[in-house]
Amino acid sequence: MNISDNIAEPTVYELSSPGRSGVTLPEPDVPVEELPTDIVRDDLDLPELTQLDVIRHFQSLSQLNHSIDSGFYPLGSCTMKYNPRVNEDAARLAGFMHSHPLQDVNTVQGNLALMYELQEWLKEIGGFAAVTLQPAAGAHGELTGIMMMRDYHLSRGDNARRKILIPDSAHGTNPASTTMSGLEVIELPSDARGNVDLDALKSECGEDIVGLMITNPNTLGLFEEQIEEVVKTVRECGGLIYGDGANMNALTGIVRPGDIGFDVMHYNLHKTFSTPHGGGGPGSGPVGVSERLVDFLPTPIIEIVEQGNDQDPPLYGFASPKHTIGRMKAFNGQFGVLVRAYTYIRIHGATGLRSNSEHAVLNANYLRSKVQDVYHLPYDRACLHEFVVEGRWSDAPEIHALDISKRLMDFGFHPPTNYFPLIVHEALMIEPTETESRETLDKFANALIQIADEARNNPELLLTAPHVTPSARMDEVQAARQLVLCCRPSYLSDPQYVNS
Amino acid sequence: MPWKTPEDRLYTKTDEWVMLDGQSALIGITDYAQDQLSDIVYLELPTIDESFSKDDIFATVESVKAAADVNMPVMAKITEVNNDLEDQPELINLEPYEGAWFVKIDVQDVSQVEELMDASTYADYCDSRSS
Repeated sequence: MNISDNIAEPTVYELSSPGRSGVTLPEPDVPVEELPTDIVRDDLDLPELTQLDVIRHFQSLSQLNHSIDSGFYPLGSCTMKYNPRVNEDAARLAGFMHSHPLQDVNTVQGNLALMYELQEWLKEIGGFAAVTLQPAAGAHGELTGIMMMRDYHLSRGDNARRKILIPDSAHGTNPASTTMSGLEVIELPSDARGNVDLDALKSECGEDIVGLMITNPNTLGLFEEQIEEVVKTVRECGGLIYGDGANMNALTGIVRPGDIGFDVMHYNLHKTFSTPHGGGGPGSGPVGVSERLVDFLPTPIIEIVEQGNDQDPPLYGFASPKHTIGRMKAFNGQFGVLVRAYTYIRIHGATGLRSNSEHAVLNANYLRSKVQDVYHLPYDRACLHEFVVEGRWSDAPEIHALDISKRLMDFGFHPPTNYFPLIVHEALMIEPTETESRETLDKFANALIQIADEARNNPELLLTAPHVTPSARMDEVQAARQLVLCCRPSYLSDPQYVNS
Repeated sequence: MPWKTPEDRLYTKTDEWVMLDGQSALIGITDYAQDQLSDIVYLELPTIDESFSKDDIFATVESVKAAADVNMPVMAKITEVNNDLEDQPELINLEPYEGAWFVKIDVQDVSQVEELMDASTYADYCDSRSS
């Protein structure tokens, strides 16, 4: 089958024509060095296109895509925040863009000053004693945090602790990070109000517990009402508290997790501080820790190595924590992403960050109140930055959450997150973010209400949706059963190539 | 919702079914389980002669919605594995109680069978979870 049969834009291989080229390379200005003959081959099947062909190809693909710049994107849990353009201006300043991680520290003092200040701000925002900027993504931050918690217990000779408690509403990355650290996951049920079940927590707490991983507000968009009791219970059995900072965008400037008693928390810079989601990266997941874990941070962290005075600025450099878990990332994290987060914090200041959280919460509650008479809200409470409804009705049994989502695409909206968290049947998880206008929220609510009506009176419209997108409904089941992960250039199936 | 719960077998709280035949038994997942998961696209099965305690995870199923662990209802040793399922995971959706048995086991602790639910208890349990 030709891939382009089903997709509106051919692949670069299908557009390729022998002899075409996009650039003319300049004559080398250094002596020409021959490559080792055993790695040279002349059968490499690279696409051949002119520069204009390439530009049109990627321009066309980008126009087939839905993005926050083209429309409303209420993908719950992912926080599809608007990325202010000023972040990009800052990240493209020549001093940042052209620096290299192997440069002498004396020539990149500005970069280190920015990283140091960002560490200080993230300490202040989360109420932590220290921060590492190294982790390359939120889940990498989780792994960093769990490794520190594990080493903390081991350093005290407390060797029997093997278990991490994780609520059943948690992001899937939590059990994954735990398992990657060689520890065991104990799942905690949620109670009828969507909080961690306190009785289950109490019965699991003991001297084999490394700690609890908790997301607050949780993935239902609900603040843990008994968080102080939860923290106290885990503390009493000697466990530590890991905060999954994925939903910190609801609390920034309002609640400091360190003040509640969290020992460690990762920030997702793209969710809370408006860095791009990117097409698979780069991400960044700085981690804040309480006094207990300061000595276990990854090496190095940025410090002032020589205080400044009236004439000279301070000298910034690297320091290694006493019982460090080691290096988690080559060089110094995703520096370009750190610049964007720094810019966002700097532009908004303390008042602006708090205001963004308040607007995220206001927008989510506005939407919730508009749709909750039509879509069942299993945990009927005021939400924070997102909420979860059921995408099904007993009088329209053939309609599933997926059909509602596909139909929303006809209205020009990106669908909400489907089927997560797992504790809600046919979950639709809606997160509008703080930057959307009331008009946009109204349009989205009206579309949801209209779709609920169509589900009863014209279900076919949902079952065959989407109708106005470049491609009709994809066969997701077949795609998952018969994985074809790349469009293979012909040389990849050549046995000679495969064998070599 | 009318999920099928055949009378000729026993059920667990985690939605596995057990069909006993003397000391041996077939294990699979229930109609309710496959309905909750929706289209199943992948599964991982154990190998013959592997032993499991009650509640141990012995298989994993993955659907377009979620991945789920399958728990061993009683202490058991695997005597047969339905490897056809790995090529045809859709059988679990189509006939959860017939062609889509996961494993045949040798029951190691018969007393644990008494803790399983009968068909009508399990049917009530399914109804109680659908809001």
